[in-house]
Amino acid sequence: MKQGNTLSDRINNSLGKAQNRQNFRSAMSGLMEKRAAQFPDDEKLAKLRDRGREIRANSLRNLPYLLIELEKTLTENGIQVHWANNSFEANQIIVCLLQQNDAKSVVKGKSMVSEEIELNSFLEGHGISVLESDLGEFIIQLADETPSHIIMPAIHKTKKEIAELLHEHFPELPYTEDVDQLTQSARKILRNKFNQADAGISGVNFAVAETGTLCLVENEGNGGMSSTVPPLHIAITGIEKVVEKLADVPPLLNLLTKSATGQTITTYFNMISRPRQPGEKDGPEAVHLVLLDNGRSKIYGNSSLQEILHCIRCGSCINHCPVYVQLGGHAYGTVYPGPIGCALEPMRLGINKVGGLTSLCTLCGACEQVCPVQIPLPKLINRLRAESVLRRADYTSLIGAGSMRKPLESWGWRIWKWIYRNPAIYRVFSLIVTRTRELIPARMGRWARYRFNPKPARRTMHELAREAGFDNE
Amino acid sequence: MGKPSEIYFMATCLADLFYPKVGIAGMRLIQREGIRVVFPQNQTCCGQPAYNSGYRAEALDVARSLMSCFPKDIPIVVPSGSCAGMIRHQWPELFHGQPDAQNALNVSKRTYELTQFLVDQVEIELDDLGPSITVAIHTSCSSRNEMKVASHIESLVSQMKNVTVVEQERKAECCGFGGSFAIKQAEISGAMVKDKTDAIGKTEASKLVSQDCGCLMNIGGALRKQKRTIEVQHIAEFLWDRVYETG
Repeated sequence: MKQGNTLSDRINNSLGKAQNRQNFRSAMSGLMEKRAAQFPDDEKLAKLRDRGREIRANSLRNLPYLLIELEKTLTENGIQVHWANNSFEANQIIVCLLQQNDAKSVVKGKSMVSEEIELNSFLEGHGISVLESDLGEFIIQLADETPSHIIMPAIHKTKKEIAELLHEHFPELPYTEDVDQLTQSARKILRNKFNQADAGISGVNFAVAETGTLCLVENEGNGGMSSTVPPLHIAITGIEKVVEKLADVPPLLNLLTKSATGQTITTYFNMISRPRQPGEKDGPEAVHLVLLDNGRSKIYGNSSLQEILHCIRCGSCINHCPVYVQLGGHAYGTVYPGPIGCALEPMRLGINKVGGLTSLCTLCGACEQVCPVQIPLPKLINRLRAESVLRRADYTSLIGAGSMRKPLESWGWRIWKWIYRNPAIYRVFSLIVTRTRELIPARMGRWARYRFNPKPARRTMHELAREAGFDNE
Repeated sequence: MGKPSEIYFMATCLADLFYPKVGIAGMRLIQREGIRVVFPQNQTCCGQPAYNSGYRAEALDVARSLMSCFPKDIPIVVPSGSCAGMIRHQWPELFHGQPDAQNALNVSKRTYELTQFLVDQVEIELDDLGPSITVAIHTSCSSRNEMKVASHIESLVSQMKNVTVVEQERKAECCGFGGSFAIKQAEISGAMVKDKTDAIGKTEASKLVSQDCGCLMNIGGALRKQKRTIEVQHIAEFLWDRVYETG
């Protein structure tokens, strides 16, 4: 959890920020349009999504074998593989690697997994300076905030806010709100740092088991710089990011960039296969990969929830979520916001910790429609709701299963069941409701803050149907 | 399958208590096509409210009671995308592993949303006898994403020659109802329905039609609270009024 306040505090806080909400609305509308423009042919898109789903399902089905294969091929290529069960282990591995190499300064490419383990603050606590080199991440690092979106971390900020932020931290640069000039300023600052950094840290989009290749998708060149300029490169990723073969990459890449930012292809696509070889003029002397579990294998063990691990982190579900567009990412209070967050985070962190996220969904299904690998997000979120109010948890249950069961609510549903499963009782109930319709106040309850309460009809459809002569059987 | 000679009509619990005329209009539209309409008096609810709140055992009991209302192998028509979607797409999961799972599967396969039934099975042709009017259409998320029948309401409205259809901005975005979502996350739901009503308010429409009473209750309630004059009406009632009553 990022902040100590409650989910409802964060929601109210987010809903109160009119400017932020406008920023999200216009950004998400733009992203939806761009994505749609990339997929003009429904049939082709359906085929591509089928292919994407197939590849990811195959990766997951063979996950244990593919991970062993990946370790083997990477090691043969000279990339050292480290396994981390949790954030603590991952952070320890990384800090040890840095200390062994006497690295005091790190440049980072964008990595949500590194957000997951809160790497920056851990390294800084060990006297190692960390600089985010992705422009969006750089901005929120300056602002001391967390990402509000997994692809566009600073999407909640306006041009003006960014201009002011840069000017505040780098008063030597002239103040400007011109986007090109702002980018140039940031570029100058970052270029310098790349050359001085002792190590680079990046994420991974696809890890290819067949060839031992780490694929990195990016637009700014900072990923390539982080992974090639400093003498040491440490990549970190979740264990689910493995794919079987190189041929799996093009369809996934195609789906990823088009779904995420509506780009046919990103500006850069890095394929990292080994450290610098004798005679080569650039590249790091050593490359390491940290494979992080952090709750993933527990999810993997639950066949009804496993599909969440198909995710390729395009953020398309977030861009199309009608709840996210109202709130933005910070309200969720977790690393991953939006539909993917509502499903993944309670599985990863436990329902007792973040089970409330499952309520941030109308089950409208917009996310599932655009998911490039067809993850049934509403279905998974609905299953999590069932887990969260489970009466008796067993060994197959998630952490914190049943922790959100409240006596009043569960009694309410019991009474509901008692009425609705028994036609005779329901008949009496519906008679009472329709005959006392005038007693129901028009402005009661949370519903009525924004709408009038509906008034029950004078008579039920059961009565009208009988009267109109519709047969009972 | 084509046009059947007989169907079951499922009222939905919301329409039963709040919008009974919707069901009657839907049944009359079907009956007018020479189809015998059966309204089982023992029906109550599909189980969706409890199911979407995580209370699956309670949902299962209620769903099972409803299932017993449809013994004959004839179509079940539901004037709601979300209730039809619940039976068609969620019952198989709800009944999974239960002794009557096969029966649930059988019932789910013969369940249709009303506009879907009228267009695909009946191939209905309607003569518009109503006055000129400009309307906006709200296709419910369950009709669009779960049932994938959002185009059916559009094609029915397009048969009405005196009706002009205008399109609101972000038409396909959820109105913020989401069942218990509107209560549990009242503030977010309020913000969503505000955006929705603003978008509708910007059009020339004097009426909003939809195939789901839940959305209409939400959007209509918000429109009234904001003192806007735009009316809301379920597609069944809208069509019936135009093809029969005013004629």
